[in-house]
Formats: sequence, C-alpha cells, structure tokens
Amino acid sequence: MSNIFLIMFAAILTENFIFSRFLGICPFLGVSNKPSTAFGMGMAVTFVMTVSSAATWAVYHLILEPLHIEYLKTIAFILVIATLVQFIEMFLRKYVPSLYSALGIYLPLITTNCAVLGAALLNIQKGYGFGESVVFGLSSALGFTMAILIFAGVRQRLEIANPPKSFRGFPILLIAASLAAMAFAGFSGMSFS
Amino acid sequence: MNNPVLKTMKEGAITNNPTFVQLLGMCPTLATTTSVINALGMGVAVIAVLTFSNLFISLVRKIIPKEIRIASYIVIISGFVTAVELIIKAFFPAIDASLGIFIPLIVVNCIILARAEAFASKNGPLLSVVDGIFTGIGFTFALTCIAFVRELLGTGRIFAASDGTGGLTLLGNWYSPATIFLLPAGAFLTLGFILAIVRKIGDKAEEKNHRKELRAHLDEAFGPVAAAETAGAGEVENDE
Repeated sequence: MSNIFLIMFAAILTENFIFSRFLGICPFLGVSNKPSTAFGMGMAVTFVMTVSSAATWAVYHLILEPLHIEYLKTIAFILVIATLVQFIEMFLRKYVPSLYSALGIYLPLITTNCAVLGAALLNIQKGYGFGESVVFGLSSALGFTMAILIFAGVRQRLEIANPPKSFRGFPILLIAASLAAMAFAGFSGMSFS
Repeated sequence: MNNPVLKTMKEGAITNNPTFVQLLGMCPTLATTTSVINALGMGVAVIAVLTFSNLFISLVRKIIPKEIRIASYIVIISGFVTAVELIIKAFFPAIDASLGIFIPLIVVNCIILARAEAFASKNGPLLSVVDGIFTGIGFTFALTCIAFVRELLGTGRIFAASDGTGGLTLLGNWYSPATIFLLPAGAFLTLGFILAIVRKIGDKAEEKNHRKELRAHLDEAFGPVAAAETAGAGEVENDE
C-alpha cells in the first residue's frame, strides 16, 4: 500500500510529467489556452493513459516476453496505443455520446502524445507489476492534468500582459513555464523512502 | 534558389527550422539538451530516422491507401526508430544511458510525422532524402544551440562526456555554475530566450527586405532623392 502511495506522490509531484520529465509538452503548450479545453485534454489523457498502461503491460509480459521479442516493444506499444485510442473513440461515440462530444477533438491527438508512450515505456523500465503500472499511468496523467490546468490559469493572465515584441506569444509562454517548473522543483527534495 | 534541391535544403535547415520556426518536437528539445554531447547524439539519431523514414515513405507513397496512411507512417517510423535504438544500445551505451526513453520516443516526435505527411508523401525519393537530412540538421543545430547555452552556464564547461567528465573549460574558476540551467526550469528559460532572439533576428531581416523593396519602389516612382529621404525618416522612427 505504501508503495502505491509513493508511486502516486512521485508521479504527480516530484517527477511531474511536464515539469520534470518533459513528456507531453506539445499538448501542454498547444491546448492550454483556456482552462476548459485544458481540462478536456487532461481528462482524455487520463482515460487513455490508465487504460494503455494496463494494455501495454499485458502485451509486454504476456506476448513479447514469452516470445523473446522485447526489442519490438516500441512498435508494439505504439500500435496498441493507436488501436486503443481508436476503440475508445468508437466506444464513446456509441455509448457515452456526451463524453465523446466533450473529448472528441482531443482523442485522436493523444496517439502522438509522447506522455502516453512514455508512461508505457517507463512502466517496463521500472519493472512495475500490473497494479503499479495502472497506478503509475493514472497518477502521471493526473499530474499532467494538474500541470496543464495550472498553466491554463497562468496563460489567461499572460493574455493581458504586455511583454516586449519579440517575446510575445511562444517565448513568454516558455518563460512562464520555467517559473512554474521552478515551483515544482521545490518538491524534488521530498522523499519518503 | 530555383533549384528544388537547394530550396529544400534551405527550407529544412533555416527558413523552416523545425524547432525555432515550426516549434515542433519540444519534448526532446527540452529534455536532451543538458549537454552538447547529448544534444548531438539525439540530433544524429533524429537525422537517421528522418532520412530513412522520408525515403521509405516517399517510395511507397503511391501504394499506401489514403485512409490508413498515418497508421502506416507510424509503423514505418517505429521500425526505423527500433533499428536506431538497437544500434545506439550496442555501440554507444553511454549515450543510451543518458538519453533513456527519449530514443524510443522519437516515434512520437511530431517533426518526423510532420515531414512524412507534409513532404515525403508528396515528393520523390531524392527530394525527400534531402528534406530529411536538412530538417534533421536544422533540428540538431537548434538542439546544439540550446545545449551550448545550458551546459556553459550550468557547468562552466562544454563538450563534457555523458558521465560529466572531460570537456572544455570555457568559464574559469571565477564563474560559479548556475545549476538551474541544468534543471527543467533552465530548459524552458533558455528556449524562451533563444526563441525571442531568433524572432528578433527574423523581424530585422524582414524589415530590411521590406525597406529595400520600398526603396526600389520609390526609386521607380519619384527618383533616388525622395527614396533616400523616406529611408532616412524610417531610420529615425525606428530609433524611438
């Protein structure tokens, strides 16, 4: 149980996907312009990442390992994730149309979100069991959602700021992200082991 | 610049630089630029994957059905990424250790998929290879610039090996290294400032071109004197 807590704590705060691992920067900068869209993306990522952590764990340990073709994991995982996203999209469209219309546009983008593939690869690299993998996927995605939501709030303030001309847009966003990352670096000294 | 090969070269590496202009592939850009050696390793891996995937996709572009092209591209790309990953593991274990999961994550690097979709699927093999190599060089150049600043300010040295030894001491003992540049916050900060500088240079060049055009136009309409006056006025306005 304490192990699960440690994994969650590390994945959400000390090793936050955005601010310390640099995974999922594209959606972080791309869809963080409004808190509502940021939340939609965060929820879609949480959903896909939790399911894909379970699926890729199963594929690796039940198919690739017995056949001794572990080196094919990158290809296998990206296919699993792409298929999964497709299935989730079809399932939601048919059975949960309200959620589908809320997540709709973000779902296809998730296939190429490096956070999802990154979580799958990290699960294998860290040698997590099935339960730990799912918890890691879920809490990493929650950390991602938290980061993107916080940043969406910061960005709304940036809209009305007046930086020098060359800094307008992307550069000032990165500098704001740097300040947020500094805040998250404060967690890095915390450890319970 | 009428030669399509030259044009592709220039666009890939400079005018359409994947990192500085198109802002693609931000994850590896931020994560692997803690040292120049890491950045070069990442850059060379991306050049290799980009060149081969562009070549292959360009060769099979007429066979792949339109509906499943993205999925097919991803499979082709991940094949080449796996090959590059195995080569790096076998011959450069130090680079593999410091780049970690960012080598397999080249699969989801948007630069590669973007070039496949925007260029290789519409052009012949030769041009696609040129585009792959030069877009890769543009990416490597951007990464090296960022890594140079981060490593220099973060450690006072550059070209240190992956384990932190060796390297060239550029800033002497008087400089106390600002470790923050090696941390994530420093990555965002450095990229933000470099993008602002790149944009400033771009704006200057554009303004210069614009003024040259204006002067030519005025020369044609009113003769050289009026044009010189206008250019002078533009100068004053600019100083404010």
